Amino acid sequence: MSTNVSAIETPQSAAPAWTETLHEWVTTVDHKRLGILYILYGLGFLVMAGIEALIIRIQLMHAHSSFVSPQVFNRMFTMHGTTMIFFVVMPILFGFANYLVPLMIGARDMAFPRLNAFSFWLTALGGLLLYFSFLGGNGLYGAGNAPDVGWWAYAPLGAKAFSPGHSTGYWTIALLVSGFGSVGTAINIIATVLCMRCPGMHLGRMPLLAWLNFVMSGMVLIAITPLTAAQMMLLVDRYLGGHFFDTQAGGSATLWMHFFWIFGHPEVYILVIPAFAFMSEIIPVFSRKPIFGYPVMVGATVGIGFISMSVWAHHMFTVGMNSYANSFFAITTMAVGVPTGIKIFNWLGTMWGGRIQFKTPMLFSIGFLFQFLIAGLTGIIQSSVPVDWQLSLSYFVVAHFHYVIVGGILFAVFAAFYYWYPKFTGRMFSERLGKWHFWLFVIGFHMTFDVMHVPGILGMPRRIYTYEPRPGWETLNLIVTIGAFIQAAAILLFVYNLVVSYWKGAKAGNDPWDAWTLEWSVSSPPPAYNFATIPVVASRRPLWDQKHPEDPDSRYE
Amino acid sequence: MSALTIPITQAPRAWDLPDRGKVAMAALIIAEAAIFTIFVVAYLFYIGKSLTGPTPREVLETPVFYTICLLSSSVTVHMAGSFLKRGKQAAFLQLWLLTFVLGGLFLFGTGQEWHRLIYEKGLTISTNLFGTTYYSLVGLHAFHVTAGLIMLLIVLIFGLAGRVGRDQAGRVEVLSLYWHFVDAVWVVVFTVVYIVGR
Repeated sequence: MSTNVSAIETPQSAAPAWTETLHEWVTTVDHKRLGILYILYGLGFLVMAGIEALIIRIQLMHAHSSFVSPQVFNRMFTMHGTTMIFFVVMPILFGFANYLVPLMIGARDMAFPRLNAFSFWLTALGGLLLYFSFLGGNGLYGAGNAPDVGWWAYAPLGAKAFSPGHSTGYWTIALLVSGFGSVGTAINIIATVLCMRCPGMHLGRMPLLAWLNFVMSGMVLIAITPLTAAQMMLLVDRYLGGHFFDTQAGGSATLWMHFFWIFGHPEVYILVIPAFAFMSEIIPVFSRKPIFGYPVMVGATVGIGFISMSVWAHHMFTVGMNSYANSFFAITTMAVGVPTGIKIFNWLGTMWGGRIQFKTPMLFSIGFLFQFLIAGLTGIIQSSVPVDWQLSLSYFVVAHFHYVIVGGILFAVFAAFYYWYPKFTGRMFSERLGKWHFWLFVIGFHMTFDVMHVPGILGMPRRIYTYEPRPGWETLNLIVTIGAFIQAAAILLFVYNLVVSYWKGAKAGNDPWDAWTLEWSVSSPPPAYNFATIPVVASRRPLWDQKHPEDPDSRYE
Repeated sequence: MSALTIPITQAPRAWDLPDRGKVAMAALIIAEAAIFTIFVVAYLFYIGKSLTGPTPREVLETPVFYTICLLSSSVTVHMAGSFLKRGKQAAFLQLWLLTFVLGGLFLFGTGQEWHRLIYEKGLTISTNLFGTTYYSLVGLHAFHVTAGLIMLLIVLIFGLAGRVGRDQAGRVEVLSLYWHFVDAVWVVVFTVVYIVGR
């Protein structure tokens, strides 16, 4: 890469016409703009999937409710799950990776800017296809609008005979297309991390965020693609009359389950590893200490990457596998808790003895630590096969994985939003509203998902549209629903804070947190070319070295 | 705070990073390999599980000639690349053309086999599990051959226009990595479909 900047665009004095701005954003190949597009797109779908969640919760608020029909209820939980995983969490995490990885490794853009734009628009098309099913899912048969087969679409539910029309077809194609987008982005992140680092930044000095997103991208390559393959097979079955998952022609429904979960479980780690990445950047800065155990952190991440590829069938203990398979997957599931535990101790070790600043990003990070630990513990409980036989497909499982995704990943994403908001926009958010958001969300979260474990233990199955008024069920479900609304209110506050601070917030300056990674060395928001001269680094904390030339990290590493 | 972009250390003397084209192609190959793995697993899993005929033993014929074509195209594409690196454009173009022809022959062979299976043996993708898995796996591979042939053709056209010189050797090498991958997949597909599956 050349170190000369041939043409630096000067900011224009007159505001461009809105069509011009729109054209610039649609045709952009700048990693920062694409990152923001990913994030805004994810936030848009967050609103839709959130509304679907609220519809589910209103329906379950009391027994024998008829707020929505059973058919609509099925569509709501299918769309909620699919949207949240593929079109909310993944785009937001990819958006952050896109924005931050080149800045953190001292590069001017991703390795393949046009592939980057292509991947984003593929993902965007996937989301539109999924939601187009509300209009176009009727097909010629007049049956069904919007997919209603659950986010894993177990065979034979996904077959043409059991979901006529095109709604499941749209679901399949949406995931196929966005899967190609994800693979494109993963290839791009890998090439960026390996080939675009600034001089001096060898792999042992790379910020953990870049490292963890690199591992995540490696997992995308081998975990998203099985879903792609399975969706191709489902398309062959649905539209070419194939028999992959057609039990009447000798096909196997269990094979679909294996293929789906070979994707599905690593997917959880694809989502959570970027969350770990946020934690590994934010906790040190607000503890005023370098990360504890950097090499162990990298090793544990790679370990999680490998082990998480061999745990998938713990989603299938109730299918009736033989005892060897059950034991194998129970043991690997317990084993994956080990590197994860190492990480939690590393973050605690970072905080230990630090001068902790309880700013909003740090509050969300501490929330993450507690809640992710509990989510992990309920996971370990279910790795025990007999316990899983009892709890599988109950609300206990629903509570467990929402604890991971909301209590863990979403809290980390909120922390990241508040931490990097000044860099993205050049403005500070309102700390007061941020704290309100945090406490409201913590209260809402625990009301919903702590309590949700209990109906699960009592035997309430997931995906039922209503239930009998058994002792305690109605009260518990009512509390869960109230908690969901508190969370929704907190998220509105969050969005309000983001929007208002964009115009009203105080100027942030380059480095409002006194942080140590390269993105804070450039202006906020960064110029299109990122770095006027490509930086040279000598340690893991290049900005520390610059601020403290008398005691640089490079002396000790 | 002023911009903190002043480097405090000298740049390391040697700072060589891997070529992004090769890294990206390697990553793509890993991803593609995972897709093929799932299709191969499905094929192996469904061997002998078809409820109706025809079976592989009855209808499949081993495409030895076309397999030799495809595998030798891996050699020619490699030789073409090394000629380009040494700046011998004419030799490069001849071998590149040969690669394209060999790949095209293979694709023709697949087409011929499918035509025979469909019109003479009555095996389609919806006939039975064998048909479903066979056409999917072989078709997925044929699709990759087609994509590779299109890219080979683009390079060939640019080459005939005199635009592919020594400075393009790196890019040509990236493309030949893909072609080697397509050949390697055929080795697996051949083993699974024509040896194990019969």
